[in-house]
Amino acid sequence: MPLVHAVNVTKSFHHNEVLKGIDLDVDRGQVVCLLGPSGSGKTTFLRCINQLETIDGGRIWVDDELMGYADRDGKLYRLKNKEIAAQRREIGMVFQRFNLFPHKTALENIVEAPTQVKRESKKTARERAMKLLDRVGLADRCNAYPAQLSGGQQQRVAIARALAMQPKLMLFDEPTSALDPELVGEVLAVMRELALEGMTMIVVTHEMSFAREVADTVVFMDGGVVVEAGPPKDVIGNPQHSRTQAFLSRLRSEHEHP
Amino acid sequence: MSTDTTETRPADASPDRPGAINAVPVRHPGRWVAIAVIVILAGMLVHLLVTNKAFDWRFVFQAMNQQPVIHGFLKGTLLVTVLSMIVGVGGGVLLAVMRLSDNPILAGVSWVFTWFFRSIPRYILLFTMGTLGILFPQGIAFGIPFDWKIMDWLGMSGDWRFFTLDANQVFTGIVAGVIGLGLSEAAYMAEIARAGIMSVDKGQAEAAEALGMSSGKVMRRVVLPQAMRVIVPPTGNETIAMLKDTSLLLAVPVIAELFYQLQSIGSTYYKTFPIAVAATLYYLAATSVLMVGQYFLERHFGRGFGTKAPRAARPAGAGGA
Repeated sequence: MPLVHAVNVTKSFHHNEVLKGIDLDVDRGQVVCLLGPSGSGKTTFLRCINQLETIDGGRIWVDDELMGYADRDGKLYRLKNKEIAAQRREIGMVFQRFNLFPHKTALENIVEAPTQVKRESKKTARERAMKLLDRVGLADRCNAYPAQLSGGQQQRVAIARALAMQPKLMLFDEPTSALDPELVGEVLAVMRELALEGMTMIVVTHEMSFAREVADTVVFMDGGVVVEAGPPKDVIGNPQHSRTQAFLSRLRSEHEHP
Repeated sequence: MSTDTTETRPADASPDRPGAINAVPVRHPGRWVAIAVIVILAGMLVHLLVTNKAFDWRFVFQAMNQQPVIHGFLKGTLLVTVLSMIVGVGGGVLLAVMRLSDNPILAGVSWVFTWFFRSIPRYILLFTMGTLGILFPQGIAFGIPFDWKIMDWLGMSGDWRFFTLDANQVFTGIVAGVIGLGLSEAAYMAEIARAGIMSVDKGQAEAAEALGMSSGKVMRRVVLPQAMRVIVPPTGNETIAMLKDTSLLLAVPVIAELFYQLQSIGSTYYKTFPIAVAATLYYLAATSVLMVGQYFLERHFGRGFGTKAPRAARPAGAGGA
């Protein structure tokens, strides 16, 4: 069974159906990039995977565990908040606007969840946090507050914070969209390295070069459905569907004439 | 920031390029006039304070130094302020969390509480607290609710009460004062805490939830510490207001209170004005101390928000890895 197995996921906000039956399988170690115009539902789908949004229909399994519900003899029971929190521990998430805790230093941000949620000792958590900061190239900024870091640095700390929980799966919600163009590269470099180390990743992004180079599968969404999915050389290099073609050519022309 | 500030500045070098600016500053004659007026007024004030016999400074300091006055200040003013603010802040945060919860019953209870206690003037609330004992002539018992009814149905006699407090003992003195002022304060603090909680970006709670924190942890570890930055300044205001509102304790009545004690000295010696001065000095001193405390609280909860760099960029290895 794949690590992430989503079947017929639907979600509406106030009678506005944002997801209209999404199917997605992600194998262990795979990197999947979700592409699509804004409003296509890709961010909503990502948030459904770790239950920041509750789904209206369909099922999502992560590592053979049904997300949000217990299935007893075919009847679904909603999980308690505590149980949902436990499921989220296995899934790291990186946000578009970083969402670092501004009242804590970089190091404290990373140490927070392992010590508070997993009850790890301060010492172990700090040691691993320093290693993670070193890995994202920010060991020398460990005592800086988020406000003292650039956007790119904040996002790298946010990645380290998510990794500190030793997740099986990492979700990235447009991780470079809020960054100045010259800071995008440093964040993508960290993500690229993470992919090479075999982390399973689902990435909502507009960075075509990243998707082309790093993704195993590219999923193009539009209007709440998956329009096209496959290896990047097919979906990006030779799109079959007219909506994919239109989106990619629009993106290309914006890139050439910003 | 960067260390490579080695570029040469040509401004000093060549005569045809303008160099450093050495201009005549704008003059402010109005400021000098204002300073002169203020100096004269201050001089008149000092003269008044020193020479006017009505101040009777000897009597002021003697009155301030009386045992019942000091006791009244420590117990009726300071202790009641501290206890009432503990009840008020704790209750206020609880009410704010209730008000913001999805549960309509909790939100409704919070709303009704706030409505009720904000509507009653504190003086009247304290007066009412002092008389509340009349509601419970048999005392306030702790046990199974409606025990006499249940007993009735079961055909038994006796009661299921573990212990009973005399209501006239509860609703009297300092206790009644703290209950009254604390509940009233909780209603105001609820709004302050609610504003603070709502000021925290929703992404903060989401990030904490995505890390697997329980909703209680999200509130305690992430939302409230950031809300405090918004909550502390108006709470400082509330504490200072509370300090002064303890003078309303007389309505309960509580006589172990600063102003009542000073007044009784004043009426004994027929000196009312020096008593007012003595009370003013006490309240000025206490408020000053509170303001210092507020400064440190604001500094603590402002961590990471200012533009100052308190302890940035220390060398790596702090984790001992």
